[in-house]
Amino acid sequence: MARKLPAKDVVIVGLGWTGSIMAYELADAGLDVVAIERGPWRNTATDYPPNYAADELRYRIRHELFLRPEQTTFTFRNKMAQTALPIRSWGAFMPPNGVGGGGVHWNAETWRFLPSDFVLRSHLIERYGAGFLPDDMTIQDWGVTYDELEPHYDRFEYLCGTSGQAGNLKGQIVEGGNPFEGPRSRPYPNPPQDQPFGHTLFAKAARELGYKPFPQPSGNMSRAYQNPLGVRLGPCTYCGFCEWFGCGNYAKATPQTTILPALLRKPNFSARDNSEVTRINVDASGKRATGVTFVDTDGNEWEQPADLVILSAYTIFNVQLLLLSQIGKPYDPDANSGVIGRNFTHQTISDVTSFFDPEKFIFNPFIASGAIGTCIDEFNGDNFDHGPHGFVGGGYMGQVQTNGRPIETTPVPPGTPRWGAQWKKAVKENYQSALKPGTGVHGSMYSYRDVYMDLDPTYKDRFGRPLARITMDFHDNEIKQNAFLTDKFAAIFQAMGARQVVKEYRKAPYDVTKYQTTHLCGGAIMGSDPNTSALNRYLQIWDVPNLFVMGASAFPQNAGYNPTGTLAALAYWSADAIRTKYLKSPGHLIDA
Amino acid sequence: MMHRRHFLIYAALWFAGTTSLTRASIIRDRMPWAPYPSSAPRFERPGPWQFFTADEASAIEAIADRIIPPDPQTPGGKDAGCAVFIDRQLKGPYGSRAGLYNLGPHVKGTKEQGAQSAQTPAELYRKGLANLDRHCATSFDGKKFTQLSADQQDDVLKKIEAGEIKFHGVDAQGFFDALLKDVPEGFFSDPIHGGNHNMVGWSMIGFPGIRYDYRDWVHRHNERYPYPPVSIAGRADWIPHPT
Repeated sequence: MARKLPAKDVVIVGLGWTGSIMAYELADAGLDVVAIERGPWRNTATDYPPNYAADELRYRIRHELFLRPEQTTFTFRNKMAQTALPIRSWGAFMPPNGVGGGGVHWNAETWRFLPSDFVLRSHLIERYGAGFLPDDMTIQDWGVTYDELEPHYDRFEYLCGTSGQAGNLKGQIVEGGNPFEGPRSRPYPNPPQDQPFGHTLFAKAARELGYKPFPQPSGNMSRAYQNPLGVRLGPCTYCGFCEWFGCGNYAKATPQTTILPALLRKPNFSARDNSEVTRINVDASGKRATGVTFVDTDGNEWEQPADLVILSAYTIFNVQLLLLSQIGKPYDPDANSGVIGRNFTHQTISDVTSFFDPEKFIFNPFIASGAIGTCIDEFNGDNFDHGPHGFVGGGYMGQVQTNGRPIETTPVPPGTPRWGAQWKKAVKENYQSALKPGTGVHGSMYSYRDVYMDLDPTYKDRFGRPLARITMDFHDNEIKQNAFLTDKFAAIFQAMGARQVVKEYRKAPYDVTKYQTTHLCGGAIMGSDPNTSALNRYLQIWDVPNLFVMGASAFPQNAGYNPTGTLAALAYWSADAIRTKYLKSPGHLIDA
Repeated sequence: MMHRRHFLIYAALWFAGTTSLTRASIIRDRMPWAPYPSSAPRFERPGPWQFFTADEASAIEAIADRIIPPDPQTPGGKDAGCAVFIDRQLKGPYGSRAGLYNLGPHVKGTKEQGAQSAQTPAELYRKGLANLDRHCATSFDGKKFTQLSADQQDDVLKKIEAGEIKFHGVDAQGFFDALLKDVPEGFFSDPIHGGNHNMVGWSMIGFPGIRYDYRDWVHRHNERYPYPPVSIAGRADWIPHPT
């Protein structure tokens, strides 16, 4: 029987980027806020100080900073006819755990989505006709526009100290930036990061091929920075241990280095760590959330009542908690009805590994940062005419190599034996003269009727709750998109003078053991129709107006960019709606 | 009323590979801070085997030298300490699948669904090495793997890799895949884990280790980085010699 805690104005589930932003905004509005976080408090001194943060085995191979699958995992299958089996160790994506969430160990690529991404369905139908889209593709408009989100993107970039080069300032195209981006109201707060040799070669070759390369927007500091909350970050040292790792230099934008120090000074905020929310409670009508139930590390069950509930866990956990709490109608792919679990997506990543003449090229691949990179955006979203190509979607591509860590990044040419003297020789010869961007082609994944999330009938977590079940496969549209983009990408490395360019296309079936990104999206999507979306345009659950759901679970489909900039902008947008509209008159912000 | 305003206290524990081993706590008023909170790494040193028997260790050393053979410039897997590395890993959380999802039912699925076996790496190595010697005894007149010539050893390993040799109670190719993952990890991970002795793996390719600051070199395009590698444990030549 759960013991009841004193009621709060707001309870926040999950203290990562969106939970921190919401907590700050609502505490700033004078509300009494508590955040409940499944994992531990994390910080530089405790978890990744510079004297041992650069331990590839501990953090990259043994996954120190991530959720442990024994705490909870998911089951996975490609097709609805298959039996899903549990993901026993992480592969395709890396679920976060602990204060700061994925913000602790992300690379800090801080992109905005294209204006057309937010009105995707209507935009594509207007340009190509409805018949151009595959029958089972379920893409939707978001219900919010780029122009509405622009001030919120801007706020997040200034919170983070994003290093980058504007490409479109209030409609004026700026040389050296991304000419395809939506108009921004002011430049990035910091100049771009320095680019190592391979990245500058990529820029030169891309320019010669007629593209407009630009530095990737990065949450790794190009110089020391103090953000508007008075929190200071140090300059990035290009150490090459960023994604999968915590930053020992306070040089990567994380909740800990940008917002938590200011949030924790607010007397009306507190957080509980190592406490897992197991249920969102609703009253007898099912139309009002009354708070949450959580379990602490001693196994004690607590009830935290609150007037307002903010769900801000990782994509899959948001959806799983809604399903377990029986909030919203679960999605049924056969009947094509219901909303919770619908339009679940990931990403379509591929890579190209290039081998250059070791006598002429020394890349020092270990000199890098998480979000360093030189990119082009010609083949993203609807930046090019898809008419002749028979697919929709796209992605940015670039030399975005983050590291030369030797367990992970010792590429050898195809045909090299997997072990023995020849392998050893090839590793030695190519380490300094090969380029392996990693997530070089960062493609979109659009939504489909048979790609979704529900609860598994067999496998349980440590509390005996059903695991979330993922049903996901690549569809022809994404495979065609990836082949087209990967070929364009490889041509740039050819132009850079590589003597061998190896294309690693993304192919079906979707493989849960092969790392892509942690950008799982959808399952509790926003939109303008309660029959096809779980949330309205302010991230408010249609059925339960005092429950808001943050994060990439709100994305109706995934665009060809990293999601953090957009999910943070949505959190600020939602917080603004709560502060200026909801608190004055708690209830539905949009009439269903 | 349970409203402990207690502050976070971090026990600097290193327990079964787990850091931040904390109990549920309430954080408020300021960033949690405690002196000396860090979960510092454990330093593995050469010494008695912790998981392997002496025979098993000899076999792993021989295998490590076939996967990464010595050459005139760089030692092989054995002298690099790959067997010590694997020994310590198998004794630790990796060996027992600690932290992974281990609840049943265990059902074999598709390749795309990932490995489902309940077998631990510790069991895989124990049974794999026993099978290896049994195979060699049958095929090479009672000899152990370590008693074969290098060419014979390569031949046996190639047949295991190709699925031409079957083991009992353990998947032979799965065992070989584990070796192909674990031996190079021992060669390239920080020497604190017991392998990469004297940073020979890093020196071979020119990886500077954990120097952590390249602001002076990020602009120096196409120039070889001139400084030798540094480990989490520093460098041997930094340690003062007794006078």
